[in-house]
Amino acid sequence: MAEQPYTTVIGLEVHVQLATKSKLFCRCSTQFGAEPNTQTCSVCMGLPGTLPVMNAHAFELAMQTAIALNCDIPEFTKWDRKQYYYPDLPKGYQISQFDLPMSSDGYLEISDPKERFEPKKVRILRAHLEEDAGKSIHDEAAGKADTEIDLNRTGTPLLEIVSEPDMRSSLESRAYLQELKLLLTYIGVSDCNMQEGSLRVDANVNLHLEEGGEKIATPIVEIKNMNSFRAVERAIDYEAERQWREWQETGRKLGESPKQTRGWDDAAGVTRGQRSKEESSDYRYFPDPDLMPVVTKAEQVEEVRATLPELPAGLRQRLGEEYSLNAYDSDVLVNQGRGVVDYYLSAADASGNPKLTCNWVTQEVLRELKEQEIAIDDFGVTAERLSGLVKAIDDSLVPGPRGKEVFATMLAKNCDVETATKELGIEQVDESELVALCQELVDANPKIVADVKAGKMQAIGALIGQAKARNPNVDPGRVREICLELAQKA
Amino acid sequence: MSLLDRSATDLLSDLQSGELSSVELTQAALGRIEQTDKQVGAFLYQDAESALGTAKSIDQRRQAGEQLGLLAGLPVAVKDVLCDQNTLATCASQMLKNFRPPYDSTVVAKLKAADAVLIGRTNMDEFAMGGSTENSSVQLTRNPWDLECAPGGSSGGAAACVAAGMAPLSIGTDTGGSIRQPAGLCGVVGMKPTYGRVSRYGLIAFASSLDQVGPLARTTSDAALLLEAISGHDPRDSTSLNQPVPAYSQTIDKPLENLKVGIVREHFAEGLDSEVERAVRDAIAVYESLGTEVKEVSLPHSKYGVAAYYVIAPSEASSNLARYDGAHYGHRTDQAEMMAELAAERKELEEAGDTRGLDNLDTPLIRMYRRSRAEGFGPEVKRRIMLGTYALSAGYYDAYYLKALKVRRLIRQDYDKAFEEVDVIAGPVTAAPAFKLGEMVDDPLAMYLVDLYTVSANLAGLPGISLPCGQSESGLPIGLQLQGPPLQEERLLRAAHMYEQETDWHTRRPTSI
Repeated sequence: MAEQPYTTVIGLEVHVQLATKSKLFCRCSTQFGAEPNTQTCSVCMGLPGTLPVMNAHAFELAMQTAIALNCDIPEFTKWDRKQYYYPDLPKGYQISQFDLPMSSDGYLEISDPKERFEPKKVRILRAHLEEDAGKSIHDEAAGKADTEIDLNRTGTPLLEIVSEPDMRSSLESRAYLQELKLLLTYIGVSDCNMQEGSLRVDANVNLHLEEGGEKIATPIVEIKNMNSFRAVERAIDYEAERQWREWQETGRKLGESPKQTRGWDDAAGVTRGQRSKEESSDYRYFPDPDLMPVVTKAEQVEEVRATLPELPAGLRQRLGEEYSLNAYDSDVLVNQGRGVVDYYLSAADASGNPKLTCNWVTQEVLRELKEQEIAIDDFGVTAERLSGLVKAIDDSLVPGPRGKEVFATMLAKNCDVETATKELGIEQVDESELVALCQELVDANPKIVADVKAGKMQAIGALIGQAKARNPNVDPGRVREICLELAQKA
Repeated sequence: MSLLDRSATDLLSDLQSGELSSVELTQAALGRIEQTDKQVGAFLYQDAESALGTAKSIDQRRQAGEQLGLLAGLPVAVKDVLCDQNTLATCASQMLKNFRPPYDSTVVAKLKAADAVLIGRTNMDEFAMGGSTENSSVQLTRNPWDLECAPGGSSGGAAACVAAGMAPLSIGTDTGGSIRQPAGLCGVVGMKPTYGRVSRYGLIAFASSLDQVGPLARTTSDAALLLEAISGHDPRDSTSLNQPVPAYSQTIDKPLENLKVGIVREHFAEGLDSEVERAVRDAIAVYESLGTEVKEVSLPHSKYGVAAYYVIAPSEASSNLARYDGAHYGHRTDQAEMMAELAAERKELEEAGDTRGLDNLDTPLIRMYRRSRAEGFGPEVKRRIMLGTYALSAGYYDAYYLKALKVRRLIRQDYDKAFEEVDVIAGPVTAAPAFKLGEMVDDPLAMYLVDLYTVSANLAGLPGISLPCGQSESGLPIGLQLQGPPLQEERLLRAAHMYEQETDWHTRRPTSI
């Protein structure tokens, strides 16, 4: 990347749909994909007289996430109403949290195994709970201009996680999002299905630059509602360049124009300004009088903390310390999700060779998963069987180079390493038999012997090939050793 | 004495002994409605057939020896703000004129469970905003004591129907005095319970942090009975209090020993009608004659009550009423007319070359909201939505809403302090007896001041009861208000009953109808 005359400053707002069975303030199902308006009740439709009742499970999932993000959980949090008119917002307001969110001041550590940026802590400003709105379906078929409303999604619990503007590139932003998604899936608070809108991202972007010794910031632009990491990355890169051009043209600094909202057009690969009318919202927040504030005692926070599973960052560290894996290997494993990590841990524990096990998992197993498009739980070679293979190789029961063959057979025949080796006719060659074979080859190839004696060690390779042709079970490394020894003596 | 001039408690005992059937009683009530409601206008609508059907089935179940609910067979009228499944719930607004909720409010469900006979839906100020019931978009309700006078509001229909003997019991709601004030002006007993004592589920919200459902009745015993039937914790209302419900109807007869009654210095200040003052002072003298200690207390912040109330209530109302936008239910403007209107405006702007005007022209969606709300809401509702929207706006929130919340806390602290010294506080309900219809319609601020003595209890979340304590020279009822600490409904009812036993004001009936 060429050196740029500016620094891109990025803060992200991520909306995560929490994996509850029912909505935030009523008992309606949150299952995705149901027929429109079949998962609604008088409460989530905001009919007159109905009242919200908080879903305690949603609050607990939000707390788990906030704690995993190293946030403070205040003793007192409340609900506020955010007022605006939209047809898919049935009450005319959204129940959200304004000035006293359920968590704040956390951080998420990000790093790049390829070391394209320095590891850093991205600070989390706050994470708060709110209800989702419904969906407008614009039916313009056959000259119509109808809008149909589906309120199934209305009231679905969302956790809005707001970062500080700590990211400096689209690469860092992507790493943050990936790490966040990984964390969420580790604790199981969301399915993070971006196609279904379970994870949606808004990015706040501006530039910091220096001119004549003066530090200058350009106006902040918010890019709304992106639903893929790729889109976020592209939108940020586009927006940084656009703002640079705009700065050169207008020289407008932060504070000299209102915060602009732009939408990302993925097909065109550009951000587009949204009408200024939509920007100057006054949400008239005030505490929702229908809901009691939530009081959380320190003991409750500790209880929830105790239920948290091992998180990605901790796992990476453990793989390094206890399994002597390097940062790159740990990262590959952990990024595959808890299933692959568990698979690795049990295979490594059983084989006694963590590094060799890691190679097998990160290379062969992951390749197969990708090709077959399956999850680790559905993979044909169990962790126990893989550990058998690793152990057999480690103990020279299976010649290393034939390992892949054995692995393929284990997969194809759904069998353990013993059965596979038998199937392939692999058996350990007796040492005296091996020596006899080597002696025979050395005797039959005086030219090679001469070459070896003259210092051309690589000449011995031809003998290894011949040995393998005579008996496929020979260990090539061992053949090399014996042949060299015999050739020197000859 | 006609059947309908008797108390609900008496009627209930006759129903229980079999001397009276619910069908007879319901028929009598329907007959009285038929006969007098043309003058009074308390009811918005009734379903005689359904009421008689319920009465009949209750009679049959009683005959079969079944265990029946607390109100078995008694007709109860319900203010048109509480949802009753598949029955119109209009809030006396054009906005909801066709709204039939698909669910029961908890109060209505409790009335049904108590085997009450729901006899009809009573008139009110639109969305419960007002103090005279003149803001109803449907009809005028008249005070049975003087048909030229207002019944008070917003539960004007609920108070008038009990005063006129059309129903022995009715349900009202009180946001700033909307039960106690019309009860006072119509000479009946009305009670606002502690906030959270009665579920608000299915109560079409005006100001959520102030609204509370309560009983209107002829006597304190009747009010106790009805309150007992509708109180209790409701898991569907997060603000409902999880406290057991005392058997108010069983304890009402027990006098309170060593009762200490507080009178509030600020209640007897400028603006209090002399007849009202005399009646209230006489009532306090009755307590003294019963050996009760009377002590002066001070509620120094109560003078800010009306101001705080008229910030908080409209703020919440502006939010609660946002849902009436014509998109999902309720009144929606005529689409063809609206599109034609927009097209005409566009054309005019185009011809004038007014690009700015064109930029600012409503989208069809915004115009639909605007027109639907303009057509569906009456002037008082619009006034309060505007007030509340302004008070909550960026830059004004701290100056108005937040300040009002602080006042609210100070008012509550005043009460807490006062209740360290006294058990109940006695005072006027309103500054004057019923006013003439139309007298204040053009003066909304004067109308807001009718809540002077009642709003503080709503702001503080405390229970209050209004009961008849006198009559003006022109024959209009005067009310006495008792207020108590949170959840002390039982104490209030018993204290009110002590007074009621010593006087006959509660037995007086209007003669003009």
